[in-house]
Amino acid sequence: MRQRNTIHACLKAASAMAAALLFSTTLQAQESQFPERDVQYIIPFGPGGESDISARLQQKYFQQITGNQLIIQYMAGGGGAVGWSQLNEMDGDGYTIMGTNLPHIILQPMQQGAGYQTEDIKNFIFFHYSPDALLVTNDSPYKTLDDFIAAAKKTPGAVTVSGSGTYSANDIANQRFEALADITTTYIPFKGTGASVAALLGDQVQAEWGYTTTAANHSDKMRPLAVATDERHPLFPDVPTFKELGYDMTGGAYRGIAVPRSTPDDVTRELSEIFSDINANPEFRKSMEALGFVLIDEDVDQVEDFLAEQQRQYQRVAERMDAGQ
Amino acid sequence: METLGFMLAALSPFNLLLAVAGVAAGIIIGSLPGLSATMAVAVLVPVTFGMPTESALILLGAIYTGAIYGGSYAAILVNTPGTPSAIATTFDGYPMARRGDGDLAVTLSTLSSVIGGLVGGLALFCLAPLLALVALKFGPVEYFWLAIFGLTLISSLSEGSTLKGFIGAGIGLLLSTVGVAVVGGDTRYTFGSQFLLGGVETISALIGLYCIPVLIELVATPSEHLKPPEASRGVRFREGVTLMFKGKWNALRSAIIGTIVAILPGAGGSIASLVSYSEARRASPRSEQFGKGEPDGIIATETANNATVGGGFIPTFVLGIPGTPPDAVILGALLVQGFRTGPEMFTTNASVTYTFMGGLLVATVLMLPIGLLIGRYAFKSIVSVPKAILVPTIAFMTVIGTYAIRNNPFDVVVMVVLGVAGWLLARWGIKPSPIVLGLILGPIAEQGFVQGYLMGNATGSVAGVFFGRPLSLGIIALTVLFALYPLWSARRKRTHGEVVAHEQST
Repeated sequence: MRQRNTIHACLKAASAMAAALLFSTTLQAQESQFPERDVQYIIPFGPGGESDISARLQQKYFQQITGNQLIIQYMAGGGGAVGWSQLNEMDGDGYTIMGTNLPHIILQPMQQGAGYQTEDIKNFIFFHYSPDALLVTNDSPYKTLDDFIAAAKKTPGAVTVSGSGTYSANDIANQRFEALADITTTYIPFKGTGASVAALLGDQVQAEWGYTTTAANHSDKMRPLAVATDERHPLFPDVPTFKELGYDMTGGAYRGIAVPRSTPDDVTRELSEIFSDINANPEFRKSMEALGFVLIDEDVDQVEDFLAEQQRQYQRVAERMDAGQ
Repeated sequence: METLGFMLAALSPFNLLLAVAGVAAGIIIGSLPGLSATMAVAVLVPVTFGMPTESALILLGAIYTGAIYGGSYAAILVNTPGTPSAIATTFDGYPMARRGDGDLAVTLSTLSSVIGGLVGGLALFCLAPLLALVALKFGPVEYFWLAIFGLTLISSLSEGSTLKGFIGAGIGLLLSTVGVAVVGGDTRYTFGSQFLLGGVETISALIGLYCIPVLIELVATPSEHLKPPEASRGVRFREGVTLMFKGKWNALRSAIIGTIVAILPGAGGSIASLVSYSEARRASPRSEQFGKGEPDGIIATETANNATVGGGFIPTFVLGIPGTPPDAVILGALLVQGFRTGPEMFTTNASVTYTFMGGLLVATVLMLPIGLLIGRYAFKSIVSVPKAILVPTIAFMTVIGTYAIRNNPFDVVVMVVLGVAGWLLARWGIKPSPIVLGLILGPIAEQGFVQGYLMGNATGSVAGVFFGRPLSLGIIALTVLFALYPLWSARRKRTHGEVVAHEQST
């Protein structure tokens, strides 16, 4: 059945293209009917990660809303940089979109040789985030966040914390929290969340900077000490937020979508509306929240302010990191 | 009893059909250089969304296991491992094909893959929760030593001088540093090119280093690629079974090694097949035949790498930590379906889990008839197709395959450059295997070292972290043993020879 759908969609796409060649002028007049064929959704990471899972969930509802398919492609490399640095060279017709991630697109250009600037990327929506969470194993001696802080204060640097990558969301979360709680820990970067989880579960480290999504996936073996959301997460009603405990920290790994810069504004707006609609679907919300994500709706009108605010925050942390080195 | 019922559900017509289709598709994809198991699984994930979870898993598992086996065709017939776990299969598979025994090699690989797959699948079925604990015992330091162990193995294993083996591994290590470092985040050796940020992709390097030299040789020499068999003689099944029976301990040992190594996330098939290959060579009375077309070499590597399929699912299901890249994709597909890994998989979701395990075993058994059938055609077509068609076809595949991995045109450039460099280096005695293994193991070693160093700083004793843990000491001891063994056996042979000479003279 599905295959027939794909064939059907292919035929439709082919006829749409033929029509576009013949009647390109009439087509321009009908631009409000966007999209008329399948849309390529490039994920600048490998398959299987959270960006991929999110895109897979959007895929189904995209088809419900538009009648066209969202075709997911992968373009992994350099923590996303390989994809983002090529985005603006792609066709700006709205049929090519690419997942974007924070803090990646802010932090990478601060390093040398990322191949793009944050401003180069034309984001049209940020739709959710994986909130930061400080995780420990179920039998950890740290029962509360205070226990963790006390241990880190007693012997600075002796408490080890795993996380995914350097200059990553986890690394930043650790830096931010160290500053807020005035403690020093040893952050140990791993390749990907899987390896970071394995280090925690194998007692190689005492805690892990991960996300609510990590805690949700491994709820039988680990628990969050605190989560970086505004309100308590519905999956973890007993876990306090950092804010409640007096540490002004919300955020995590945000996911958005961008188009090549040459994409017309009205098409970009259509795309933003489609993905806002997906975000509004109750069934979609439920499956996203069950995985531990928190949905946000920074659409095409708000995305610029949102990014500017995020940029300010990360700038501060980055300055602190540079000063510390 | 209930478990058995769940497993039998794998035999429903629909599930059986998926297993057949999955294995066949997997074998074909795996046999084409560049089209990897990960890609095959990722492409099919959306197709599985409309299916019941257990059927989706069976299809994905069947493709995966088929692809790992299919990787041996290219290794044997074109000297190009279709997947990294088939690297060691080229050692003896290609020499066998050169001397006209390609059909026998393919049959052996089929039998071995089935046996390895069954052992790995049964381990997943019986011992998963227990074996998952082993995975957690491996910390950064253990991974560091394991990578060093792997590098020692490859350097001493590959044909030619050990010193040149180490030089090759060093070149691979250097290549592995290109791009953005995982630990530390610095950008290294990209020369300002954004395309190099992602580093040298392993599969592209694999294709370049193995395939391009073969193509150059094919064009440069007038003789045919492989010697065609004198007469049509089927798949030489009986001969294969006899050899297999003779090598039964080798197969069992390799399957167990494969299962255990696969449990370690990230280490995977390439190390598993190397370790079992070197063990097979060490234990064999014909050890000097290894690398020249010894059937036991194929048995060792192919049982080991198919055992990694079942083994890799162990951390994936029990811990939610993917054992191999294809496992990561399958795990993602499970999450999208609202399915949790962990203890639930063996309690509330036991029906799905055990049906899948049953399906994986069924798919493994199906590899025998399907594999022999496809293998026969693969062999026939490679042997009978004239060079003028074979060379451009393979060349075309290398380019398409390399590009498809990350949709990055620059990877194709890297592939060709490495290919030509690899051809030159091979003339000079530096073979591709140590280079590729250096590339794969370099990041594991580097990350393990830096993480271990950071952990050591935190506890105040770096030496204690690296040398104070029983598991690391065990791996270090093995490394020393394997590094010194060739020297020791050479000396023994020499003294033995002297004794014989002495006796003869008296």
